[in-house]
Amino acid sequence: MNKGTMPVPMIARYNTTPRAALAKPTDLGDTQRMAANLHSALKQLKQLHLKDADWVGFREVRETCTTRSMRDAKPEANSTSTTHGVMVEVLANGQFGYAATPRLDDESLAKAAETARDNAVQASRWAVHPFTAAQRPPVRTNYQSPVVRGLTSISPREMNALLAEICVKLKRSDKIIRTEATSMTIETETSFVSTNGSDANQKVSLVILDFDATAQDGSVVQRRSGGGRGRAHQGGWEQVLADDLWQRVDLVADQVLELVAAEECPSETTSLVLKPDQMMLQIHESIGHPLELDRILGDERNYAGWSFVKLEDFGRLQYGSRLMNVTFDPTVSNEMASYGFDDTGVAATREFLIRDGVLQRGLGSLESQLRSKVPGVANARACSWNRAPIDRMANINLEPGTSSFNEIVSGVERGVLMETNRSWSIDDFRNKFQFGCEYAKLIENGKITRTVRNPNYRGITVPFWSNLKKVGDASTSGVYGTPNCGKGEPNQIIRVGHASPVCLFENIEVFGGA
Amino acid sequence: MIDSVYFEGLTAKLLSQLKEGEHLFINLSGENSQFIRINGAKVRQTGVIQDADLELELLLEKKSEDDGAFTSGGLHKVASSTTLCGLAYEDHERLSAALKRLRAEASQVPADPFAQLPQRLESALDVTSGHLPDVANAPAALLGALEGIDVAGIYAAGEQFRAMSNSAGLTHWFSTKTFSFDYSFYTPSQRAVKGVFAGRDWDRGAFQNSIARSREKLRALEAPARRLDPGSYRVFLEPAAVADFIGMLAWGGVSEAALRQGESPLLKIRRGEATFSPLFNLSEDFSRGDIPRFNSEGELAPKELALICDGKLVHTLVCSRTAAEYGAVSNQADSSEMLRAPSMRGGDLRLEDVLMRLGTGIYISNVHYLNWSDVPGGRVTGMTRYACFWVENGKMIAPIENLRFDDTIYSIFGDALEALTAQCEFMADTGSYGSRNLGGVSVPGMLLSGMKFKL
Repeated sequence: MNKGTMPVPMIARYNTTPRAALAKPTDLGDTQRMAANLHSALKQLKQLHLKDADWVGFREVRETCTTRSMRDAKPEANSTSTTHGVMVEVLANGQFGYAATPRLDDESLAKAAETARDNAVQASRWAVHPFTAAQRPPVRTNYQSPVVRGLTSISPREMNALLAEICVKLKRSDKIIRTEATSMTIETETSFVSTNGSDANQKVSLVILDFDATAQDGSVVQRRSGGGRGRAHQGGWEQVLADDLWQRVDLVADQVLELVAAEECPSETTSLVLKPDQMMLQIHESIGHPLELDRILGDERNYAGWSFVKLEDFGRLQYGSRLMNVTFDPTVSNEMASYGFDDTGVAATREFLIRDGVLQRGLGSLESQLRSKVPGVANARACSWNRAPIDRMANINLEPGTSSFNEIVSGVERGVLMETNRSWSIDDFRNKFQFGCEYAKLIENGKITRTVRNPNYRGITVPFWSNLKKVGDASTSGVYGTPNCGKGEPNQIIRVGHASPVCLFENIEVFGGA
Repeated sequence: MIDSVYFEGLTAKLLSQLKEGEHLFINLSGENSQFIRINGAKVRQTGVIQDADLELELLLEKKSEDDGAFTSGGLHKVASSTTLCGLAYEDHERLSAALKRLRAEASQVPADPFAQLPQRLESALDVTSGHLPDVANAPAALLGALEGIDVAGIYAAGEQFRAMSNSAGLTHWFSTKTFSFDYSFYTPSQRAVKGVFAGRDWDRGAFQNSIARSREKLRALEAPARRLDPGSYRVFLEPAAVADFIGMLAWGGVSEAALRQGESPLLKIRRGEATFSPLFNLSEDFSRGDIPRFNSEGELAPKELALICDGKLVHTLVCSRTAAEYGAVSNQADSSEMLRAPSMRGGDLRLEDVLMRLGTGIYISNVHYLNWSDVPGGRVTGMTRYACFWVENGKMIAPIENLRFDDTIYSIFGDALEALTAQCEFMADTGSYGSRNLGGVSVPGMLLSGMKFKL
């Protein structure tokens, strides 16, 4: 493969965040065809006059995921999975019921609608809230990821050769005991039609290219990755096969060898500088999840937990430093969780969640907004056709500040610079957290000095964000994401995006390994 | 409807399409489930899900030749998974198309030196039935007993099936009908008790008893909570908490591949630098029959396999691929080498003696969000959750404000392990990422002389 033909930068920079385009209906090709039977089924359903049903929606999803993986330059996986089915939702007696079916013919969809209606009616005596069709607004929009270099433009043979070459280049030394390289493409097509006029389509394309090396020196074992699966973007191969690929492979090999020779991260309370590939996780766990309205309303408290945020905190709570400006933005081109509408038909818009450190708005669907009387966003999302939508993050981004990277580092007398998340844990109210990173450097007298291994830090959400002292400018920003955010009962894994600049926090407890 | 007859019909048609040098593994996973999500003893969401996925793994046997990029002799392995709809003609069309795509792709990928050909082994048929509430009656059966309680949770019920077949003539089928109600009860001050009521046969009386026990526990949480400073405390872990720690060993802990590749938290044990307590015994135990013994290659795991005996690692989980790569002996582990039916042996601590033996310390019912803070060092962090109490001189004094622990498994399962309860509890796995999980873990409670709390 000629890597010289991959000119697009690896990391989409935050200062170049064009809004994702809404496609014309004719642009979507297969998605239009995929939806054809939904219109027919809806027509048949209307003729049947489904008793007691105040609203019916069909959401068809077809997702194909292709994974290729090499370990130590030998094939581990060449697999493709396709899941395809329809989620039928029915509103009856103020209660939504659902039936998810893999059968796509009109008769089966009508039968599923009856089943969903029956579920709604039987449960409506215990409805958590009386809903109406206003929580399923009509939407007529099409969205598709901007793709330059199509997902099938690289053959299985070419991709296996590339992954093997990455493994070979990572194997720099006998101390490197394991190398791995993985590519993944995901194409998700969604069609949504409803009895109140929704007719909308989305086609999302995602690419991931990840690699890592494990080194051992005596009893010390360390692993360094190229960013993990958080380095995922919407778009085509142009997003990950960039000019700097081989530099990044070399860097991973260099750094894993540095790590096995490094001393443990010191245990002290000090200044902490976080790169965007760790800020991603910090934002996700201590801003994204606590602001989900369904958590605050208690829907999630039997599983992932509750939130320290109360409904009365919106518009009032000083969440952190005045440097904090956080947006919900599913309109950023190439970020992982961009879309045109959510899975209940609400059009996607950019909204401030936190402005100048003050909490403004929750992550809540129209159902959660109705129950909580708190402003929300277009975030009712389901992981596939076989799950109902719940309150989710999309792209949750920390807006850039004004400090250059040099200004941030030069102002630190002593501290630790950490990058790339490797461990995460936070309590069920989203207060006490402990996170770990793959790689860290000491900062001494304003300069980056020695490498340290097993860097971890811990804190409590609001005091931690109150200690945010500098926010990097756009030149320090990176766009990452979390492809495996778990939540909900039944459980769902969903993809979310996080963009952030480099940030400086003061008086943070850092420490090393066992 | 997808059943064993339907599966065998589909696989027979697929296998008849194979050409010379082609070998096939076929794996099916599916469910017909009802879910009722509850908040505040009200229904938040409810519905039914029909889902089944069939994976084809094709091995193309080629003679050795060099095509430039790879030496292409050997077994070229590719896989494809497809949703089944249960209509024979349509499913056959989908699977035939998938097989054609795999055939085209197989010649483009390098040979897998560790791939194993299908074998004709002993077949297994395991069908268990259950008596579940009707879909229509489930809301009433559940919510009728919960009035007046601030409860959140998920009821899941229905049929689950797994099947496997291969081109050597092997077929396995496993199906079961189960229910679970995974719930939490809350006090007005947001303290909670966790419970799981699960099984194959819904028993109204047993359900009401389970609810009554949880309500009784909830009363103890109404006292003002005590805030404890970070430090080391004596601890009793209820079985639910122990299950979460065992869960940390499930992925990559006792895996032979993970140990060989530097990714296991048990590296210190493998190197002979550490052991667990002589009280600690862990095995894989399929005798409960709640999970298939066959793996994705059709191999049947032994009904019981000791992994850690008297604190020493006596066996690891070894799949056929790992066996081929490292010259080890397979014990028919799943290809992920994860624990499928973990079972920990109990000790001699009677439940009525737990508080007295704990003396002064923390009684922990559940833990939350465990993760490694240092994998090779075996250091794990997480939070206390639900009904956790400060105990003084053998008496429960007050619920505690949640604490973050950060300690090594070499202490928790090793030096600090004082006693195990005589009684083990089976904790049903109520997870449902992608689909409802099967099985669970059987564990005792654990008394520890010390556990480090950091925040």
